[in-house]
Amino acid sequence: MRLPYPWLLAALGLLVAALFCASLLIGPAGLGLADGLAALLAGRGEAETLVMREIRAPRAVLGLMIGATLGLSGAALQGYLRNPLAEPGLLGVTGAASLGAVAAIYTGLSLLIPLALPLMALGGAALAALMLLGLAGARGGALTLILAGVALSALCGALTALALNLSPNPFAATEIMFWMMGSLADRSWLHVQLAAPFMLAGWAALAVAGRGLDALTLGEDAAASLGVRLDRLRLALVLGTAASVGAATAVAGGVGFVGLVAPHLLRRAVGARPARLLPAAALGGAALLLAADIAVRLVAPERDLKLGVLTALVGAPFFLRLVLSTRRGLA
Amino acid sequence: MVLALAGAAVVASALPSAAESGGGGAAPARPDHAPRRVVSMNLCTDQMAMLLAAPGQLHSVSWMASDPRASVLHDRAGAYVANHGRAEEIFLMRPDLIVAGAFTTRESVSMLRRLGFRVEEFAPPAGFDGIRADLRRMGALLGREARAEALVAELDAGLEAARAGADEARPLAALRYAGAWSSGAGTLAHEILDAAGLRNLGAELGLVGTARLPLERLVMGAPELLVTGRPFSPPSLSEAEVRHPALAPLLSRAGAAAIADARWVCGAPFAAGAVADLAAARRTLTAGDGRGGAAR
Repeated sequence: MRLPYPWLLAALGLLVAALFCASLLIGPAGLGLADGLAALLAGRGEAETLVMREIRAPRAVLGLMIGATLGLSGAALQGYLRNPLAEPGLLGVTGAASLGAVAAIYTGLSLLIPLALPLMALGGAALAALMLLGLAGARGGALTLILAGVALSALCGALTALALNLSPNPFAATEIMFWMMGSLADRSWLHVQLAAPFMLAGWAALAVAGRGLDALTLGEDAAASLGVRLDRLRLALVLGTAASVGAATAVAGGVGFVGLVAPHLLRRAVGARPARLLPAAALGGAALLLAADIAVRLVAPERDLKLGVLTALVGAPFFLRLVLSTRRGLA
Repeated sequence: MVLALAGAAVVASALPSAAESGGGGAAPARPDHAPRRVVSMNLCTDQMAMLLAAPGQLHSVSWMASDPRASVLHDRAGAYVANHGRAEEIFLMRPDLIVAGAFTTRESVSMLRRLGFRVEEFAPPAGFDGIRADLRRMGALLGREARAEALVAELDAGLEAARAGADEARPLAALRYAGAWSSGAGTLAHEILDAAGLRNLGAELGLVGTARLPLERLVMGAPELLVTGRPFSPPSLSEAEVRHPALAPLLSRAGAAAIADARWVCGAPFAAGAVADLAAARRTLTAGDGRGGAAR
């Protein structure tokens, strides 16, 4: 028995809305429900208003947008590469975006030109996406793709660590964790402003790709004969992923596995059609990330536990299960 | 200098036996028994040794001693050979006394001990008593007890001078270092605030040692003075958090003081300078207009 598609989207939307509200109401300041809502909506109490409007609201909005970005780009990559293991984090797109962001921040460039941060992260992500498509391509097997992704992730991770280690700023080295694991702690509206336009543009590009992805399930030749321009599809995919994942990574670091888990949990429920999977995976990704960010604050509120720690704890066993089922499929 | 401050948190209690043996001055200085070739491996022992050692007695200090960000005596450090805390280079220097920090370069220290060198370790001080004890202990080790007493007297005089008017109003101050770290009870930073006539938000919220103070709790605490480290250049993320928009209303109303890290990290007699800066910021606050000057 399958839920009809509109109902599924509505249920996911409700879940995301509930988690969004929970994210607003949970935090170390320990505000009561009534106080929090009064401060958020009516601006009652100066300190409370600051906490709700300037600290928790941007955090919840970023959690929603970044989760949606990861879920959406994961679903799109899996659709295009027709490979269940594709995910921006595993394929090194996130790592390359981190590297771009690190280059922008620690040289001081982003202080001079704020847009340099998302743009350089986007550049890194686009470069990585192009390299992956070149190395593994739409025709490449799962193994080639994953190997290329592993090599790219390792290289980007090493270069990020190198840049942070060599920085004369003594705090830079302690921030390796942020870039590898990601965090939403103490993000502000400035980060939302910086990242949102790029994420929205990326979503638009990926949404347009949906129809092409549907056709692609029939094979490349069939898709071409249906009038799908494969080069355009590829461009939309690369730019959409790079813009949205790049902007997300630039402000929150590299959060892994959301783009892997969200599409998988929902694939069967949408009947395995990529165009239908895209919005569902975006909502699923948002729900996952918001839940992880709430858990981070509940588990160790004073420790600044990184988001990626939780998503990896959930995602890695999931990934192993997928690897096993892929192997069975090959045998 | 989060690492050094984090170290201070671990050693909340006063130092052991060395504190008592150094303070009494029971053993008179015997210059012929004093070490002649001393190597220091840690920023804090570097600065104490530079202040205390007789001419020619100190051979080498760590490379951090010449970093103007971390070291108050950076311009004097050039007179000594710089070391990087590695056992091999220190072995080749053939020192007859090595002074090291209790939490840094652990492997090198234990190797030098195995090689038969005399190594004396100093934990980061957890307060003014710790600073006094450290100075006296280092003085005794170097055979320079009189100089150590003079430095302790200098520290006490500096603290006394800063104390003027400290009991009138005690504004609430918050410490915030890069990465949302702050200091609670049992730390040198807390004692520095206290001596400057300020209350410490971290301690009032129940923080002990060096711990994180989440932004939300800082905003809810509404301190009258926000004390931060000076940002480094090039920038880093954790320092940028100090510029979070949620702090903007607080900063426009409250005072802000950026204190050079160098004076907090080790203390030594320089802690009195940090106290004087903060006491000046407090006086500006209580004087009326409510805006503290940017203290040095």
